[in-house]
Amino acid sequence: MAIYDARRRWSKFYLGLCYLAVVIGLSWLAIILATLLFEGLRNISPAIFTQMTPPPGADGGLLNAITGSLIMTTLGVAIGTPLGMLAGTYMAEYGRYSKLTFFVRFINDILLSAPSIVIGLFVYEVMVVRMGHFSALAGAVSLAVIVVPVVVRTTEDMLLLVPDTLREAARALGLPRSIVIGKVAYRAARAGLVTGVILAIARISGETAPLLFTALNNQFFSTNLFAPMSSLPAVIFQFALSPYKEWQHLAWTGALLITLAVLALSITARVLQTQRRAK
Amino acid sequence: MNDVSNLKPAPEADSAATISAEMPAQEAESRATISADPPAQEPAPKADSPAKILAGAISNLEQKVTVRNLNFYYGDSLALKNVSLPLCAKKVTAFIGPSGCGKSTLLRVLNRMYDLYPKQRAEGEVLLDGVNILRPEQDLNLLRARVGMVFQKPTPFPMSIHDNIAFGLKLYEKLPKSELADRVEAALKRAALWDEVKDKLYASGLSLSGGQQQRLCIARTVALQPEVILLDEPCSALDPISTSKVEETIDELKENYTIAIVTHNMQQAARVSDHTAFMYLGELIEFGITAQVFTSPEKKQTQNYITGRFG
Repeated sequence: MAIYDARRRWSKFYLGLCYLAVVIGLSWLAIILATLLFEGLRNISPAIFTQMTPPPGADGGLLNAITGSLIMTTLGVAIGTPLGMLAGTYMAEYGRYSKLTFFVRFINDILLSAPSIVIGLFVYEVMVVRMGHFSALAGAVSLAVIVVPVVVRTTEDMLLLVPDTLREAARALGLPRSIVIGKVAYRAARAGLVTGVILAIARISGETAPLLFTALNNQFFSTNLFAPMSSLPAVIFQFALSPYKEWQHLAWTGALLITLAVLALSITARVLQTQRRAK
Repeated sequence: MNDVSNLKPAPEADSAATISAEMPAQEAESRATISADPPAQEPAPKADSPAKILAGAISNLEQKVTVRNLNFYYGDSLALKNVSLPLCAKKVTAFIGPSGCGKSTLLRVLNRMYDLYPKQRAEGEVLLDGVNILRPEQDLNLLRARVGMVFQKPTPFPMSIHDNIAFGLKLYEKLPKSELADRVEAALKRAALWDEVKDKLYASGLSLSGGQQQRLCIARTVALQPEVILLDEPCSALDPISTSKVEETIDELKENYTIAIVTHNMQQAARVSDHTAFMYLGELIEFGITAQVFTSPEKKQTQNYITGRFG
């Protein structure tokens, strides 16, 4: 019995450590969210969504930054998703046994964890320097470079989860490969594929470094893709570091908006994933 | 569950009747052909080879598919060794044998399913209506439209019951809506599923029970009006009630189709098939009329397997 009692004591001890770790981990999240909510909601007003970022010392909103973020994120996803889906489809469906897939997967994993500032610098070199000025397009391209590896990865993984028996069944009806992929495999993996895109959106909507090198910032409302464009992360970066109270308040509100958006996207992705498993 | 009562007796009585009624005819037939010359396309049978049996009883039936000297490789390992046998038109041929004996492999050669995977290759000849389907220029999609296959596990596509069947149809034929609906209905009736799903044709195929899903897969295959249907242990994932429904379906289908079925269930092989091939370790040990194979097998190994002494 002594051994058993000792084991029980150790078990309780380690269980306690586990709880402690969970509490520490979760409390940071709670503190961050609480601070964000407190500071962000304190200054929230309709003006946030209707007015431009102000000069120092004046009141204003975040309309240009919100619009800019939406435009560049949408464009980045629009460029990156097809590329990533096509590459992932090649890897899972056509080149499953080829050496090329092995190398692409390896390189993709490196790209997946590449520091975003490096990606920003790269796009700065190949686009901003050549074009001679910062532009929203360069910003969208740098975001697309971040999207591609995420989508490649999830597309490949999700298609590999589709059982081969389903592909065989479709091929056994004499359906050509393209139709089996487009109508059967994609459909079976749909929830997973959508989740991948949503996670990619969540990932890029908070990216700051690549945008500072490419889209820079813009104090005014702009939808011109060939001119600098404002974005929430860039505005937060600039305003939070400033000595002006109004700017700091706007930075808090912007941070809250981004966090809520990412949270909503993550929850959607999670829900979709559970639905897929439930099937 | 109210349909349990009228399920079981019918097919069993049926098949028992068939066997006893047909036995004398078939034996007469086999006696008649033993004296006749074996057809020219048969490989020269070595003494005591399974091919000798082919030359006998079954050889005067029309052969829909003829497998000749088939070797099959997974990479370097030989999975089928010099297999020769016919699938006779509008007959059910059962492949039996212990796991890993090559039954499923043989089936997957008949529609070249193995071609989806690298490092699998077949040597020899498989003639479908006299044309070798193993030749490299064979169009695989057209072949598979002619030689349909139903798998061990039900594999409904992630779409509605109706679309599961219409999907393949629409690819091969331009049908007006009403005719498409008719074809879907006909296929579902063929697979004995219509009554259970006619009110929910647009529900997901995944919402059906396992047995219904399997019959949906059969309906899907039948809808394309193939000439040969390959069934790879179609009932191994099903309960006895669903199994007997699928067997009834097979019974009906053989009026129009040539059917090959792989099964681990001896009773099932005896119930549904006209011809039986016993395979062991990649070789065809015995092939003949089902009633003969089961009652008086020529080979010791066959007898041991059938009586449950090994495998």
